[in-house]
Amino acid sequence: MLDDFFVRALVAGIGIALVAGPLGCFIVWRRLSYFGDTLSHAALLGVVLALVLEINITLAVFAVSAIISIVMIALQKRSQISSDALLGLLSHSALALGLLALSFLTWMQVDLMGLLIGDVLSVSKPDIAIIYLGGAAVLAILIAIWRPLFAATVNYELAKAEGQNPDRVNIIFMLLMAMVIAIALKIIGVLLITAMLIIPAAAARRLSAGPEQMAVFASIIGMLSVVMGLYGSLEYDLPSGPAIVVASLGFFLISLLPIAILFKSKKNISKMLGGAK
Amino acid sequence: MLQDASPLVQLKKAGVKRDGEWLVRGVDLCVRKGEIVTLIGPNGSGKSTTTKMALGVLKPDEGHLEKRDNLVVGYVPQQLRIDWTLPLSVERFMSLTSKLSQTEKIEALQSTSTAHLLNSEIRHLSGGEFQRVLLARAIARKPDLLVLDEPVQGVDFSGEIALYDLIKSIRDDLACGILLVSHDLHMVMAATDQVICLNGHVCCHGTPSAVASSETYKAMFGERASGLALYEHKHDHTHLEDGRVLHTDGSITDHCHSDDGHHHDHTHKHGNDTEKGN
Repeated sequence: MLDDFFVRALVAGIGIALVAGPLGCFIVWRRLSYFGDTLSHAALLGVVLALVLEINITLAVFAVSAIISIVMIALQKRSQISSDALLGLLSHSALALGLLALSFLTWMQVDLMGLLIGDVLSVSKPDIAIIYLGGAAVLAILIAIWRPLFAATVNYELAKAEGQNPDRVNIIFMLLMAMVIAIALKIIGVLLITAMLIIPAAAARRLSAGPEQMAVFASIIGMLSVVMGLYGSLEYDLPSGPAIVVASLGFFLISLLPIAILFKSKKNISKMLGGAK
Repeated sequence: MLQDASPLVQLKKAGVKRDGEWLVRGVDLCVRKGEIVTLIGPNGSGKSTTTKMALGVLKPDEGHLEKRDNLVVGYVPQQLRIDWTLPLSVERFMSLTSKLSQTEKIEALQSTSTAHLLNSEIRHLSGGEFQRVLLARAIARKPDLLVLDEPVQGVDFSGEIALYDLIKSIRDDLACGILLVSHDLHMVMAATDQVICLNGHVCCHGTPSAVASSETYKAMFGERASGLALYEHKHDHTHLEDGRVLHTDGSITDHCHSDDGHHHDHTHKHGNDTEKGN
């Protein structure tokens, strides 16, 4: 079954969406989407590093993203510097540096478009193994640190005062983000990884009554977006990354409709049913 | 009340420096089991900084913090903003930092008269409701140390007294130590065991009446500040150590007459509040 490239792409995309959902919720709650952009743009530098040193791309991207996220946590601690402008500067500088570095590798054939917007055709069986092993690890760690991470998201000082060790979970969270970016790079591409993280989460917001529910809904919406996007990509010969992102945008727009309130809780549904009688 | 002598939390000559300036320094503070410590001081006097040092949120740049091992802390921060993107009900908020059963959540909410809000979304609560939910969340943890940063903010006078009564009964029920930050320089709750008056440093400390009669307190808060009053519901005045009478509005007279000061009438009933534990 995995011999078909399309099936491989579907399996890989669904695996990524599953992990991206809950992680994306935290990115939305913590207002880290620019942060995510910076990390994913820096992933290009990781690709260059991998090509030059001839090491595994996923590993190199993870290493570079992890280092950058740790540096940014350090910068964030000196609160004045962590402005919107600084993140914008870092994000686009990382992208520009990555593109320049790639252009120096003239002796190598690099599929730049594939790196930027993703390439389904390129998904191999080892890629799927990496996505599922890495994804399972990310989800397991996320579940293990869920309560302290959520507490630190609501209020850092409260979490710290009540012994939740927010500094540690913040660092772990950044590493998880670096990991998801590394495994998602091939399918979604560096330009759109953040979209894959935040749009399903944003679409889930209005349908959810609680944080855990929002995380599950974000995963489901992400998976549906992957299926729709990839089918669209196959049917109309569209680039896969943008197709997936546009599909999730569709879900977000649907979530804005007033009918969304129906899904919010069983109570509302039974209320509606009761009213209909 | 019997007090456990070893401190739950203790700051020794602690200070915090930012950009070369001391926000607060030389703070000695100690909270014991069953004890209510009230921190007062003008704006910018380092109350919040001191509280955060005591909580371990801010690391002191000088001096140090001693905390009992495995201390369970309940913290009611001064303000807490819940972002729109975060769907959060009161019920989920209750178990933010500890796993709680449904009964524990409801019991804690009941003690602050907010059980009916269990399924409400946090963002839809009024300021006063949210304040009481914050308090319920902190006490649901059954803390050894409860820290309240200006809990009466935006609460009216009678609400303030009710809240102070509640804090006192929490102290009596849980036998926890309480660190209370108050924005009000002239009023502290009656059950306070110790008042620490801050102004970049500890300017005076001791029992409420000792602070009220201390020269530094009077010098600091000017001529008009006739002293430190206590929030009490039974008595509308307090007999100071020097024999004068301190009224709830802060005025002091030599004798007590019913027409002295402004006697606030508190119509609410307190069943078993017969000054136990003082």
